[in-house]
Amino acid sequence: MTKPLLSVQNLTIDIPVGGGTLHAVRGIDFTLDRGEVLCIVGESGSGKSLTSLALMGLLGKRISCTADQMDFDGTALLEASPRKMRSLRGARMSMIFQEPMTSLNPAYTIGDQLMEAMLLHENVPRSKARARAIDLLEKVGITAAASRLGQYPHQLSGGLRQRVMIAMALMCGPELIIADEPTTALDVTIQAQILRLLVDLVREMNMAMILITHDLGVVARVADKVAVMYAGQLVETGPARDVFSQPLHPYTRGLLHCIPQPGKTARGEPLGTIPGIVPSLVGEVEGCVFRTRCEHAVPACHAAIPRRERGDHAFRCVHEDGHAPDDTRAKEATDA
Amino acid sequence: MLQFILKRLGLAILVAITVSFISFSLLFLSGDPAAALAGETASGEDIEALRRLYGFDRPMLVQYFDWLASALRGDFGESYYFKLPVAGLIFDRLEVTMLLGVCGISFALLVAVPLGVAAAMRPNSIIDRLALFMSVAGQALPSFWFGLILIVVFAIKLGWLPPSGTTSWQNFVMPTIVLGYYAMPAIMRLTRAGMLEVLNSDYIRTARAKGASEVRVMFKHALRNAIIPVVSLAAVQMGFMLGGSIVVESIFALHGAGYLAWESIARNDLPTVQALILIFSMFYIVFTFLADVLNAWLDPRMRSS
Ligand SMILES: Nc1ncnc2c1ncn2[C@@H]1O[C@H](COP(=O)(O)OP(=O)(O)O)[C@@H](O)[C@H]1O
Ligand SMILES: [Mg+2]
Repeated sequence: MTKPLLSVQNLTIDIPVGGGTLHAVRGIDFTLDRGEVLCIVGESGSGKSLTSLALMGLLGKRISCTADQMDFDGTALLEASPRKMRSLRGARMSMIFQEPMTSLNPAYTIGDQLMEAMLLHENVPRSKARARAIDLLEKVGITAAASRLGQYPHQLSGGLRQRVMIAMALMCGPELIIADEPTTALDVTIQAQILRLLVDLVREMNMAMILITHDLGVVARVADKVAVMYAGQLVETGPARDVFSQPLHPYTRGLLHCIPQPGKTARGEPLGTIPGIVPSLVGEVEGCVFRTRCEHAVPACHAAIPRRERGDHAFRCVHEDGHAPDDTRAKEATDA
Repeated sequence: MLQFILKRLGLAILVAITVSFISFSLLFLSGDPAAALAGETASGEDIEALRRLYGFDRPMLVQYFDWLASALRGDFGESYYFKLPVAGLIFDRLEVTMLLGVCGISFALLVAVPLGVAAAMRPNSIIDRLALFMSVAGQALPSFWFGLILIVVFAIKLGWLPPSGTTSWQNFVMPTIVLGYYAMPAIMRLTRAGMLEVLNSDYIRTARAKGASEVRVMFKHALRNAIIPVVSLAAVQMGFMLGGSIVVESIFALHGAGYLAWESIARNDLPTVQALILIFSMFYIVFTFLADVLNAWLDPRMRSS
């Protein structure tokens, strides 16, 4: 078996805050093979963006980041020198951010910024970078690409800017693309368009992608693997098909219950919601973080939670199959 | 861009005309100019004679256009005090003031901008504290005191620099430092604040995500955006330095235009005051215009607005 392109083990991110330490990401593991699409889902504040910034080495000095392993194609990202990281960023791994309106430098033309992405890494003449930029702008569906090069970000709509950001991420033909909610800030009408475009390009260029999204419909369509993140942990990971057909963690089931499913959800039937809020992650966090919102919570949820594996499909729950045995639940109910 | 420049130029000209009218009417705001000219002991007839001689009896608008036409030809009338053409008086001294202003602002920018950038790159570091200390000290230290200290140390004790005069470039070293030092704190603080804000922005993260080096991130991506308010500030400071360098000019006995303005106000020498006000205002207008053009070049969003 060949080594995965990306392997992460026990990634932990701590942020010093006013009242102590915010344990924003608490020991997550995943791997990604070349050409594979991993979707990370989970509600806001669960640590998805921090995880992707950690991979890119963009967390900044204030935030502490440790891992037993965080390797990209044999390079230990946490030990790599700043120079080594720079040579990877934008060249072999690129990132697309959530905020297209503010992610382009207002002072430079689209062309300058696109070409820069290539000229920083490859010793090619400007004309070649320019040709590549035009080529990619056309690929991301921008018409009159050549004339766009001279335009400034403020002259483009949000959707166009995000297309430019996608083109920019592709300039050096990276092996890994990290897209952090790339369409959340856009009009609903173009969200699907842009995501489809991104996914098609990733498949066409045979890149690996980590896609962070709230859109489970998209996940179902494009993901090879799914990781469900909750309060800094991956509560469930596995091949997309398995996670969708047999969600094991109560949180995952809750999430899937929140979207209509063809054939399963009857018209007019109310969609599920998950009551409650994410607990604070400042200070020590013990036991299962989801227990306060979980229908299957039992006293044992306060203790350490085992990681259970069924082949590639893994989840963290005290219950062997993610369900409380019926008698315990009945007992809880009478206790309450 | 060209359209923007033309628009701004038109605006600057309008402002210039307004300002010229205001500085012209100063003559009348301060009372009857003929009476002022004649002095306290003059008789009514003397005043009337002077009024006709200087043309104060004509309609004001006529006088204004007459004055403006002469001013455009470089003729600002005759100084009441020196009995010499104002133009000659001013232009000699303007050279000193201009030189001082340009040196002062360049010195301030060359020190304050890099210091502000360095402070923003490492907030709370030694360099940030040093910069903060300098800016507090700069605001607290009066120019005349700082100037005198420099004279005592470098001219009298060490004998490295001449204490006063305008004979060589060495005469300008200490005045430049004193004048520049005065402008530095504001420029430094604004650069630092601008850089801190810009460094937190999403496009800086994008630049890093592309693999740009820190130096490139700082100078190509951040500074260009952070420097925009500094450009406007520097234009104002520069205008201020021309008109307001009186203190520095008097400490170092550089007889410049600021000093002349001060003297002329005291002497009620209205044509000289009028001409100086006009010229200083024109400089202000020119600097503001240049700052606008520079900012439009730095930030394309300004061009279209
Ligand atoms: N720079 C930061 N300083 C302090 N807290 C942060 C910072 N960045 C993120 N956080 C906190 O870390 C948690 C995870 O954030 P994030 O990774 O952005 O979540 P997600 O992308 O899943 O919505 C949140 O509670 C957020 O408030
Ligand atoms: Mg996020």
